[in-house]
Amino acid sequence: MTGSLDKLRDASLTKAIMAEIRRITTQPWNIMEICGGQTHAIMQYGLDQLLPKEITLIHGPGCPVCVTSLEAIEQALQIAARPDVIFTTFGDMLRVPGNQADLFTARSQGADVRVVYSPLDSLKFARENPEKQVVFFAIGFETTAPTIASTILSAEKAGIENFSILPANVLVPPAMRAILSNPVNRVQGFLAAGHVCAVMGYHEYPPIAEQYRIPIVVTGFEPVDLAAGILMTVQQLESGQHEVTNAYPRFVTREGNQTAQRMIAQVFEPVDRQWRGIGAIPLSGLGLRADYAAFNALNRFELSQTALRESPLCIAGQVLSGVAKPHDCPAFAKDCSPLHPLGAPMVSSEGACAAYYRYHRISE
Amino acid sequence: MCLGIPGKVIKVFEQDGTPMASVDFDGVEQTVCIATTPEAQVGQYILVHAGFSLNVLSDTEATETLKILRDLREFNANLDEEAKVQ
Repeated sequence: MTGSLDKLRDASLTKAIMAEIRRITTQPWNIMEICGGQTHAIMQYGLDQLLPKEITLIHGPGCPVCVTSLEAIEQALQIAARPDVIFTTFGDMLRVPGNQADLFTARSQGADVRVVYSPLDSLKFARENPEKQVVFFAIGFETTAPTIASTILSAEKAGIENFSILPANVLVPPAMRAILSNPVNRVQGFLAAGHVCAVMGYHEYPPIAEQYRIPIVVTGFEPVDLAAGILMTVQQLESGQHEVTNAYPRFVTREGNQTAQRMIAQVFEPVDRQWRGIGAIPLSGLGLRADYAAFNALNRFELSQTALRESPLCIAGQVLSGVAKPHDCPAFAKDCSPLHPLGAPMVSSEGACAAYYRYHRISE
Repeated sequence: MCLGIPGKVIKVFEQDGTPMASVDFDGVEQTVCIATTPEAQVGQYILVHAGFSLNVLSDTEATETLKILRDLREFNANLDEEAKVQ
């Protein structure tokens, strides 16, 4: 590790930031961290318990596994069940409940479901198994989108025809607008997801900050980064500002990674998408452009429509919108646990319910 | 999902026409696709997600952040000292 990165892990720096937050806070503020990875880091390091009682962190919808629609999961289950298919997915998706089953169950019933670390692994399986169709479950935010776009471009270049994706990628800025437009919204400041911004930059955010008069601070994932992001948000809230600022400049610039953005734009285009528990959000997903439609698994397999049934107990939608906390749910840690999840936020390593369960935030 | 781990580029090469790198993550070496950051050079740190590089670390910015935070720490320590004196 570089000297500066190591030194940023010095706990005394995080303590100093926390002291400064306590010093300047004069009234209650609700701040949303969008990314589920940040939610888990906050819980893991106990940052929520070090903050003054006036600061409430609200957990956002930035858990791709949690917001992947039930329809997409049912499509995944149908595709995975085909004997001619190797279905590849990030590990978090395995236990996300569909209507009745999950991909883990499908695998136990004989489906060839493989967990991959990278979409490129799927391409390797496609090369090694030319008699099979290899389908990758393309979930994730803008962080993951360039990895999938790059994989499709590699498949095109290499002429690999037995590879396709089930497109389910989602975008952060439309979700922020949806949260802010909710009549019961409580969010007064955003910690923008640092790794989404490493790809996309933060030039999309000033219109949101201006329209909703809300500070947005690009924030990283180390304890010191999260503390700095919260401090910069509180500074703005206390002084009545609503700017977009960057607390993660070592990896994020305003314009972001333009090579990655070009790859995304070449392969994908914005489409309306259904978010599990939240509903449809206009232009909040990435669909394949016409030139790359051949890589869309939905064009390769005939799938039947299934009625979609969510658990009547689960309040995942309210949790993902920041309207309720996990322990507000009557099923939390009772009928719903990581071993027997009713909703996706209890499954994923980034889900707010799983974080509360794992780090024992059973009640306020 | 959006996990990104910084690692040090120790070798860059091409595989089937795609720019790749060997990257050291605190002693563990992994192959990473750098098609999204073809400018990455040996010795630089990159942010890696799902086997791909997302961006190259700005050491200047990391050092600057460190300086600001150390100043803040000193400022808080001085406030504590003043509080004790009073």
